[in-house]
Amino acid sequence: MRRYVVRRAAATAATLCVVSVLIFVVVRVLPGDPALIIMGTEGSPEAAERLREALGLNHSLPVQYADWLARAARGDLGVSIQYDVPVGRLIASRLPVTAPLALMAALLMLATALPLGLYAATRHRRAGDYLAMVVSQLGIAIPSFWAGLLLILLFSVRLGWMRSGGFDGWSAGFWPGVTALLLPAVALGLFQAAVLVRATRSAVLDVLREDYVRSARAKGVPEAVVIGKHTLRNALIPVVTVAGVQLGQLVAGSIILESVFALPGLGRLALGAIGARDLPVVQGVTLFVAALIVLINFAVDLLYGFLDPRIRYE
Amino acid sequence: MRRRRPLRHVTFALGAALALALVLTAGLSLVWTPADPLAMAIGARLEAPSGAHPFGTDHYGRDVLSRVMRGAITSIAVGVIAVAIGAGAGVLLGLLAGWVGGWPDEGCMRVIDAVQGFPAILSALLFAAVFAPGVAISMVAIGIAFVPAFARLTRASVLALREREFVMAARALGAGDARVIGRHLLPNTLPPLVIQATTSFPVAILAEAGLAYLGLGTQPPHPSWGLMLKEAQNFLSLAPALAIFPGGAIALTVLGLNLLGDGLRDLLDPRGG
Repeated sequence: MRRYVVRRAAATAATLCVVSVLIFVVVRVLPGDPALIIMGTEGSPEAAERLREALGLNHSLPVQYADWLARAARGDLGVSIQYDVPVGRLIASRLPVTAPLALMAALLMLATALPLGLYAATRHRRAGDYLAMVVSQLGIAIPSFWAGLLLILLFSVRLGWMRSGGFDGWSAGFWPGVTALLLPAVALGLFQAAVLVRATRSAVLDVLREDYVRSARAKGVPEAVVIGKHTLRNALIPVVTVAGVQLGQLVAGSIILESVFALPGLGRLALGAIGARDLPVVQGVTLFVAALIVLINFAVDLLYGFLDPRIRYE
Repeated sequence: MRRRRPLRHVTFALGAALALALVLTAGLSLVWTPADPLAMAIGARLEAPSGAHPFGTDHYGRDVLSRVMRGAITSIAVGVIAVAIGAGAGVLLGLLAGWVGGWPDEGCMRVIDAVQGFPAILSALLFAAVFAPGVAISMVAIGIAFVPAFARLTRASVLALREREFVMAARALGAGDARVIGRHLLPNTLPPLVIQATTSFPVAILAEAGLAYLGLGTQPPHPSWGLMLKEAQNFLSLAPALAIFPGGAIALTVLGLNLLGDGLRDLLDPRGG
């Protein structure tokens, strides 16, 4: 297992390096002169020169990249042009909104998708299965931000049960915070669940056709044990694969849902930065989120090794 | 083997009908819409659905039905181009990785892993900050997000095919790399790629709507379903219908294309039945 972990960790580190190169190329190389983008049309040549000096744009590209990467590795993502605050601190201040939102959505997704997928598989080609499949087809087709709008329309405009958006911070209390994130988490999680339901169903169906399941049943093993012990663990590998991809989608999806519900999270930070041409913030947020997704994939790889000994010894 | 008749296949038939409706709507909107989708009428703002405006009017008094119809063009165009970008780049990377092997393979795989860390929204944020937000950015950003899937599929097919007898025979007869790849490998990798393209198309339409909603994609006044939803959000309590129709159009389109893809896979897969 240790060799497997080391190999995956090395690949993850290499991937993170490539991620950083891609971001660097888009932000520093493609536009020609980033200083002119930040200044827009109103900056004087002297001001642009000062900005180039401050951003280290006068060095050669490899030196700029090495410098940027070394700083980023220490958590120094530069200083926001708009707020004049370190980008790292800005990200840290928005994380208490985005992270709980993605986490709540992930919990909702797993709590709905796994039981529903399992239920559909055990009722294969019966009414319950067809119903679950129809519901999940609809769930996949409905974009999460439209689901968010419909939830606002129903629960805040029509019924008046919930507010339509905004977040007062966790200092206002735990429950008010959770309530503010509930509707966006439902919009995000339930609709991502739709994909996972189908993956769970087909993974469980595949395992149920295996000989060892038939043998277990023939031996008279109770159905609950057949499902719980023989089927679930073996069906988990494809389920974990899809769930890992979905988790990355959730992190990305929270960027949209933050806009729908006016939540002060990472996504709105980045969107605001685009309007203000605050390149260091956009660069910092994208690097942070992309790195997070790569790390989620790493965690999924480790989980494979844990779930399936064959992968460990490959 | 019993031949499966496509139209008896409920999923496929329903999907094909919805997809046909999308294409017909888009085609029709090029030559005729009930009203000019861009024509404003300040006196007729935020009207509820009526005989004159079946889907109502928006905050500039524009006819929502006409805008929803014209929006189909945006969705189809972005979807087709994004899938083409993803398939083109992905197949190239996959061919390189699978055929050459060794360190180019390792390098390609790392790039693919890294690109996997960039959902369309993230690349769109990055591009929009450097260039200006616009429909081209959403096409490229969505296309990039598709690259890993196409690359992995192509690489896997090439790895499986390169050891097959017909490929070795071609090489033994003196065929060069380009001929082997073009004549023997690519045609045989096509079926999974076609299925991947079919399933990517509705994903692209969803992504385009999301990016337009965020203001990163299609820009006003052009009709895009996502953009219409963004505009509708400000008038949710005054004109809820504004938020219903564009969203419904997205959902029906994606539903239809997904059903079509599922149906096609069922019909093409000899193991299914």
